[in-house]
Order: sequence, then C-alpha cells, then structure tokens
Amino acid sequence: MALRIINPGLMTTVQDLGRYGYAHLGVTPAGAADALALRVANLLLGNDENTAALEMTLLGATVEFQRAAIVVLTGAQVDCRLGNAKAPMWRPFPVLPGAVLKCGAITGGARAYLAVQGGFRLKPVMGSVATLRSAHLGGLEGRALKAGDQLAVNHVAPSGVRRISRQAFAYLEPRRELRITPGPQASWIGPEGLQVLQRGQYVVSGDSDRRGIRFQGEALTLPPKSQLITEGISLGAMQVPPDGQPIILFVDQQTTGGYPKVANVIAIDLRHVAQLRPRDEVHFRVVTVEEAVGLLREQEEWLRKAFD
Amino acid sequence: MRGDVQASEGMRVIDASDSSMLVVFGDEISRDLNRRVIQLFHDLQESELQKSAGPRIRNLHPAYASLLIDFDPLLLPPADLRARIRELIGQSNIASSDAVRRAIEIPVCYGGELGPDLADVAQHTGFSPEEVIARHSAPEYTVYFIGFSPGFPYMGGLPESLATPRLKTPRTSVPAGSVGIGGSQTGLYPMQWSGGWRLLGRTPMRMFDPEANPPSRLQPGDLVKFTPISRESFDAMVAGR
Repeated sequence: MALRIINPGLMTTVQDLGRYGYAHLGVTPAGAADALALRVANLLLGNDENTAALEMTLLGATVEFQRAAIVVLTGAQVDCRLGNAKAPMWRPFPVLPGAVLKCGAITGGARAYLAVQGGFRLKPVMGSVATLRSAHLGGLEGRALKAGDQLAVNHVAPSGVRRISRQAFAYLEPRRELRITPGPQASWIGPEGLQVLQRGQYVVSGDSDRRGIRFQGEALTLPPKSQLITEGISLGAMQVPPDGQPIILFVDQQTTGGYPKVANVIAIDLRHVAQLRPRDEVHFRVVTVEEAVGLLREQEEWLRKAFD
Repeated sequence: MRGDVQASEGMRVIDASDSSMLVVFGDEISRDLNRRVIQLFHDLQESELQKSAGPRIRNLHPAYASLLIDFDPLLLPPADLRARIRELIGQSNIASSDAVRRAIEIPVCYGGELGPDLADVAQHTGFSPEEVIARHSAPEYTVYFIGFSPGFPYMGGLPESLATPRLKTPRTSVPAGSVGIGGSQTGLYPMQWSGGWRLLGRTPMRMFDPEANPPSRLQPGDLVKFTPISRESFDAMVAGR
C-alpha cells in the first residue's frame, strides 16, 4: 500500500476521464468534473492523460504516503501542507515515505485534484476506474473515500516532470461567464427565453452536485402543457423543470430524461461548471456551435504548447 | 436513393451541443419510431466510426423516438457526422435488423414477499392475482431503450388493462431483479435502487453485472418474455448463479 486516507475531506473520489461507450446501457460516464485539471496534472507527471487521480470537493483530504512518490495538485486553489511547508499548485513535488499531505479549504473553485506519478493500482470496471456513486461503480468499491482507505500506487521508473510555462497560466483562470449553445428544445423558450438567460445573473444553489448544478435566477417560461418524451441527455445540458429554474446536468447525470433541454454549456466551459460553488453568480452567453468547436480546438492547441 | 425519402421521413438532426447530435424520428412512443432508432443505433455501432483508432463517437443514447450521439467534434466534424447519418438512414433496412433482434426469456417468481404489490395491482385492475400474472407473462415486450440507471429497460407492450399508477411514495430501496408496473409501462430494476413502481415479482437472473461482457443482460431492441416460476425454482436459481 502506498497512500492511506487519514481524513477524506468533504467528498473525495477516484476519477479518470470517464467510462465511455456504455450510455446505451444506462451507464453515464462520470469521470473528473474538471477534466482539463486532471489532464494537466497527468501531463505534468508524465502519466497517460486518462490516469486516475483524487478529486477533492470544497474541503481537501489528508493523506499519508507510505512510499516515496511524486505528486501534483491541480484544479481550484487548495491550501495543502506537507509537514510545515505549503505545497505548491500546478507544480509536481516529491514526497518521502511517511510524509503526510494535509489539504484544507478549497478556495476560488470547488474541486482540486491530487495526482500521483504512475497512478493508482485499481481494477478498471467497464474500462474505467471513474467512481460513479449512484451505481456503485469504479474507484474504491464505487464509493467516496473514507478514513483508513488505502490506495496502491503503480511502480514506475522515475521520470522527469514538466512545468507549465509562465504565459500558459492565464488560460487556467476561472470564468464566471458560461458560454452556451441552444439546446434541442431551445424553441420552447424562444429568442426571448435566451435573452432572459443572458441578461440576468444566476446563483448556484446549495443542492448542486456531480449530477447537476442548480441555479436560482429569473425563471424561464415554458409553453403550457408542454411535454417531452424521454430522450438522451448530453453532458452540460441545461434542463428546465416546471419551476423554470435551470439545472446544468453534469458528469454523474442520468443518460436519459424527460425535461426540456433549452441550452448546453460548451465543451471547454464544462471545467468552469466543475468549479462553481454554492452562491457563486454566473452569466450565460449564447455562442454558435462553430465558435464552440473553434474554442475547443484552441484549448487542445494550448495544451500542446502549455509546457516548457 | 429512392428509399432515402421514406426512411428519413419526418426525421430531424439537431445539434444538442458542440459535441452531440440528436436524431429525432418523431415525438410519440411507438414501436415503428423506435425500430428506426434501434436501426440507426445498430448501424452506428457497427459502422467504422467507432472502430477507427480514435474514439470519434463516444456514446450512443437511444430513447423512445430519438438517438443522441456523443462525439468528438475535433476528430469527427459535425458536418461529416450529419452526412454519415443521412447515408446510413438511406441504406437502412429495418426488416433485416428486426431479424437479428434477440428474444430473451426472463424467469419471474410472482407474488408473495418478492411481489408485494401483486394484490394491489389485482385490486386496481379488477383481475385475480393469477390473471394478472397470466396477462403480464403473455406478451412479448420490446426493450425500447435502456436509461435512468444502469441496465434499466424502458419496455413497450404492457396490456392497457394492467396499467396501474405508481406508488404515491416511492420505496427508498427496491431489490435488484424486481419486476413491476409503473403507469402503462412495465420493467425491472437491474440494481438495487429507489423507485415507485408496483412490484409484481422478482427474477433470479442477474440483469446487470459490471464484470460481464456486455454488463447488461438486456440490450436496446431486445424482445422480452416473462416466464412465471415457483419460489423453489427462484431459490434454486439464486443459489446456483
């Protein structure tokens, strides 16, 4: 065993980039909420991008390393101490056998990632180790980590770590403006509805989780007696229940649902959704699918050039 | 292609997001619309789109009358996917796909502690419990799609005479394998889950097993028949699995 959970924090799960290819069997991908933070963590360590890490939520975990390791913290700012020293963010650092990494409050976002060079030795379930708590799949027994849990780390030949270049950092800044494309039922709220969404601010409500982020703001008006037969749900879909308050369906969502989906967060802004905390205020802005795909291409180009 | 007009009749292809496309065949629950969904689902599953090196299509979500396709727009430009969908629908032969539908028999022990709502369904429908069992196990049901939770089938074919409203207060925990009625639908819970369906019985079959390949015993498009079994057979099958 190489890593022991002393205190799991508020909600810490094992996540890779998700379990794809099983939506037709009702299995949603799960995976890291802030996928870019996980990918960067892995690239910094020389891991495969899809290697699993610990996703910590709002309050970090305290872990003991029983073996020397090279680790990195990414995602939202988290106050972590290694002994008496403050642990860096976005920069790999070595830990010695017996070292305790104590992570406290996560600030400026909701989720931080602790990744280890070599990754954890966990048996993939349906091709992935991503934890899906609702179905008890993946991770450690399909659940959030608890005190006393142990995770083995894969042995790898120590390899060089990388650094994010100074100029690349700006791209990682949080955003409070979420860009959306019109969804399959956008016509249900019409151009006026999209205007309502864009003019007001929406506040993240406390009952948000990996299944969905709920908002409070100016209510959207749906046509009377509107009914939808159940259809597939895309990641980041903005669903509007009868009360008119939007919900962004997220990584642990159901694969199908029956509420209208009036918009969808663009792929590259999903990581900003991952970092929303209760009471955060956001704005929505409509863009075209072409713009969204262009921005996704820019992100991938950024990722290729982000390291020194 | 002459068939193109007919096969794509009433069909709409909508951008659901920058990485997903929704193919809508209609807006009602019907066997005919669902056959077209399942056909396109099979065609895309078999098509080279998924077999190529990169995961160009990441997920397929069939539903009653639509198919959601989750894809990587950098590996598969949306315009190319649109063209491919039209092409597949133009070539599709629904009769041939019907021929490969699987018929699955699911043993069910009805009533007793395994089917605590059988009496309520009998009372609501005006049939005797035996008649409810006979009517529920007579039809061949179609798995329209799987959604809501891992392995949960949305099935068509419940006789209207058996329709019974869901429980007012859903159970917090329904045992895996439970078979029930919710409104005008019937289905079964592959995993222990919360739910408000009226439970008629339980199958000893393991319906969802993450270690199995495929993990779900039922697939979209399957034809299902429930076979009544005794409590003794149920116990023996549970012990033997």
